[in-house]
Amino acid sequence: MATDMTSDPMHGAVTDNAWQPLRSFTAARIGLGRAGTSLPTQRLQEFQLAHARAQDAVHQPLDVESLTQKLAQLPWPSQPTPLRLHSDAPDRGTYLQRPDLGRRLHTTSQQRLSQYLATGAAPIDLTIVLADGLSALAIEKNALPFLQQLLPALQQSASPWQLAPLCIVEQGRVAIGDHVGESLAAHCVLVLIGERPGLSSPDSMGLYLTWQPQRGLTDATRNCISNIRSAGLTPQEASRKALYLLTEARRRQLSGVQLKERSDQDNLEYASGDNNFLIPSG
Amino acid sequence: MALVNQGFQFKNRVGEVTFGFRNLAELMARATPARSGDRLAGVAAANAEERVVAQMTLADVPLSQFLTDLLIPYESDEVTRLIIDEHDTKAFAPISHLTVGGFRDWLLSDLATPQVLREVRTGITPEMAAAVSKIMRNQDLMLVAKKCRVTSAFRNTLGLPGHLSTRLQPNHPTDDITGIAASILDGLLYANGDAVIGINPATDNVSQACRLIHMVGDIIDHYEIPTQSCVLTHVTNTLEAIELGAPVDLVFQSIGGTQATNDSFGVNLAMLSEAQDAALSLNRGTLGNHVMYFETGQGSSLSANAHHHLDQQTCETRAYAVARKFNPLLVNTVVGFIGPEYLYDGKEITRAGLEDHFCGKLLGLPMGCDVCYTNHAEADQNDMDNLLTLLGVAGCNFIMGVPGSDDIMLNYQTTSFHDALYVRRVLGLKAAPEFDAWLRKVGINLDTESFRLNPHVPDVFRPSLQHLLGER
Repeated sequence: MATDMTSDPMHGAVTDNAWQPLRSFTAARIGLGRAGTSLPTQRLQEFQLAHARAQDAVHQPLDVESLTQKLAQLPWPSQPTPLRLHSDAPDRGTYLQRPDLGRRLHTTSQQRLSQYLATGAAPIDLTIVLADGLSALAIEKNALPFLQQLLPALQQSASPWQLAPLCIVEQGRVAIGDHVGESLAAHCVLVLIGERPGLSSPDSMGLYLTWQPQRGLTDATRNCISNIRSAGLTPQEASRKALYLLTEARRRQLSGVQLKERSDQDNLEYASGDNNFLIPSG
Repeated sequence: MALVNQGFQFKNRVGEVTFGFRNLAELMARATPARSGDRLAGVAAANAEERVVAQMTLADVPLSQFLTDLLIPYESDEVTRLIIDEHDTKAFAPISHLTVGGFRDWLLSDLATPQVLREVRTGITPEMAAAVSKIMRNQDLMLVAKKCRVTSAFRNTLGLPGHLSTRLQPNHPTDDITGIAASILDGLLYANGDAVIGINPATDNVSQACRLIHMVGDIIDHYEIPTQSCVLTHVTNTLEAIELGAPVDLVFQSIGGTQATNDSFGVNLAMLSEAQDAALSLNRGTLGNHVMYFETGQGSSLSANAHHHLDQQTCETRAYAVARKFNPLLVNTVVGFIGPEYLYDGKEITRAGLEDHFCGKLLGLPMGCDVCYTNHAEADQNDMDNLLTLLGVAGCNFIMGVPGSDDIMLNYQTTSFHDALYVRRVLGLKAAPEFDAWLRKVGINLDTESFRLNPHVPDVFRPSLQHLLGER
């Protein structure tokens, strides 16, 4: 796969980059070559196609029926049916321009949560919320593999977590998790949400954790784990990080900037030159 | 006259109709060129006519009124206290008699030379800058910004006239060291990275920040690159990294224009001051001691419900008072990242980018701009080409550079390494002088006058590349 770095890389108008094979180490658009100092036609059109696909992903609706069927595979205590909820944003067009509506539950959804509480459910430690966010595709692809890792770990914990039924929210933003958590009087909420689609990643899922969720909280009270997808953070890794944050949040009764994510503290020590191919080893 | 009785501080009779504005904040908001964030906040003008009448009314407001008619109370907001307590009355004297409209005329006139603009800088408050920008056309914003020269220095000199620098942004979705190094190499070989090599970490914790700070520091040391590194993590993480002995060049923080916005970011002025002192104590700059890198963006206050019913551009400009306090190397308005609920389309993004660059420069900040958009905004590469070119004309200090415009970690599109070379070529702009000399020394640029890149990999990078990719 090595590229000849000494012969003439210029073929007519386009200059190729000898470091183009580095693409095997990253999805970043490196080594694109150049026409003068501009993008060659082929690279330009690859970009335009990716942008078209990402724009389309924003508008794809969440298939709640199919998602619910998939979630039935989960090792879930007593298998409660997920609660299907909707934000105050009636459609995608409104959702995109009115984030305030995407952060709060529609009245009928609030009633649904009140009814659940009225059944005399045990006090809830943790509510897990799945929201479409800006990419329903991200939830459809990543929510199940992640929960297959996290749920057994929560049940095997030294002090097991009392969980609410899964909540699936359509047209939801991150902060809607706080509204759900508050409505269920949960100690903690974990939101799984579709992140804004990138050109190379229309399917990236993010996690947001809030301790003592209530409406009106800001980002400073949340902890985030992002880029969960097949070519990003694996479900195993994401689950490990989430479990660490959940455990620490419960131990210290807080979340946000005061709760730093230190699950990697012991195994990420950097040795000079380590893995950095630009620095000669030895 | 009925309007006076209804509690309108400002009124303006135009033809048959008298328009009223309840207070200065409302007048500023109604006068702001149209954008979705102000509609979302419910503070925008109801129609085009009301907007222009508000602009005409605003033009008659004396600049001195902004020193007493405070948009957010002094008692409840530390950003207001900063603006008022640090106002330089002596510097303000030459413009103290002007109205907002008169200020626009003065800024455009030959009285306002680069030297004079430098002298009045500390007499101008963010609210004065925001007000005058609202009655300026795009060409006014560019013309005056170009006269406001702001340079800063750490290991090189940024912001000199005729120069445009780039932040090399080699983000990777899992912070993979080889992936990040590959993007850094790509950027350097495309003559980018003189403003900073700055990574947004995917995992935001102290150990990860330390790992990445070491990694970029090693590259800068080994190749003797006249630039600086930064890992864009929370200020408290950077402080801890410094305590752990990490070689921190620049302290990063996102900031906003109200105390409540900064609360939402988990920061305040005292924390920023502590971090600045810690970075200064490392004494790592060779040409200057500007150690702070701030990012801002219209809409952050509203997003945190911390806008006090001000328009988003006024909130943004108040953030520049926070930045100004800490002598930054770089201030970057991330103009299109926040999404269409704040800046709907290419036209609104363009206007906001020019406003932010102008207001920052007028207040004396080393302004750069992340010329960018997300996939849910009504914008595309052509809109970015336009704003990039306009900012190049206006004398913007720096822009971003990512491989192929695609940030694979933050999931948005910003300017590419190629884009930087386009704007340098078309406008005859150069990289920072020390970095430019390095590009020639190591053989990346064959000829900086015509911006001709070496078609071959320069010798200094060849061994690493061959080691990784295999010998030929």
